[in-house]
Amino acid sequence: MKNEMEILFDAVSDNEGFARVAVAAFIAHLNPTVEEMADVKTAVSEAVTNSIIHGYGNLRGYRKEERGPEEVHKGKVRLRCVLDRDILHIEVADSGTGIEDVKKAMEPLFTTKPELERSGMGFAFMEAFMDDLEVESALGKGTVVRMVKKIGTGSWIDCEG
Amino acid sequence: MDFQIIDNCLMIRLPEEIDHHEAGFICETADRYLLKEEVRNVVFDFERTRFMDSSGIGIIMGRYRKISCFGGRVYAIHLDRQIERIFKLSGLNKVVEVLNFELDAAGAGKEGQT
Repeated sequence: MKNEMEILFDAVSDNEGFARVAVAAFIAHLNPTVEEMADVKTAVSEAVTNSIIHGYGNLRGYRKEERGPEEVHKGKVRLRCVLDRDILHIEVADSGTGIEDVKKAMEPLFTTKPELERSGMGFAFMEAFMDDLEVESALGKGTVVRMVKKIGTGSWIDCEG
Repeated sequence: MDFQIIDNCLMIRLPEEIDHHEAGFICETADRYLLKEEVRNVVFDFERTRFMDSSGIGIIMGRYRKISCFGGRVYAIHLDRQIERIFKLSGLNKVVEVLNFELDAAGAGKEGQT
């Protein structure tokens, strides 16, 4: 069975929750374990947040009531999922600023925006929670993050090891 | 979500989902309390929390940096399995004291450390 979905949404922090819940609903019929579901949701959340903050520089993460009505979004994030039997492929793409040095960006704790008090763990989480991670980026053109995960294996990474 | 000061502790009851969207509000409100009141320690309560991404680590590390230079400590309570995993993966459990409270039938607090 093959199934595919694609959504395009504004690069605002309100949509971070929407994106991960959409993916969770997309794979729900596969009866993923609680861990698998959490892994996928976290990875999607990291990728989408990266696009919003770093791709489009939309730094403000606020709940609706704190955001001014005059504030406008700066771009769109495209989320595409393909389910090939029990293999989930996720693609998160933006047409933002792009990443200068992908290898450096993927190092744990590395961040270009230390003033935001973020952890620099985004890519490390995507890598840890998914089976495969691929990042393609071009300066001024945007970034595509591709992730793959097998659903329904029941196994999960033991962090203590 | 609520913020409460008990003795010299700021108790932060975190929302159901912690992501970048919620982070700004949590950080700003927490910092307002830290500046205004005489707070030494911060306790993050995850009882209601079902989801957290790396933004949560930023929130906790940021508060830790602010209070640790004055000898304050950061505690985390009521972590579920997922959040505990994120704590371990990020090394947060080495900085923050994770406490697990188990209430027995009589309701008396029994404290055990993970």
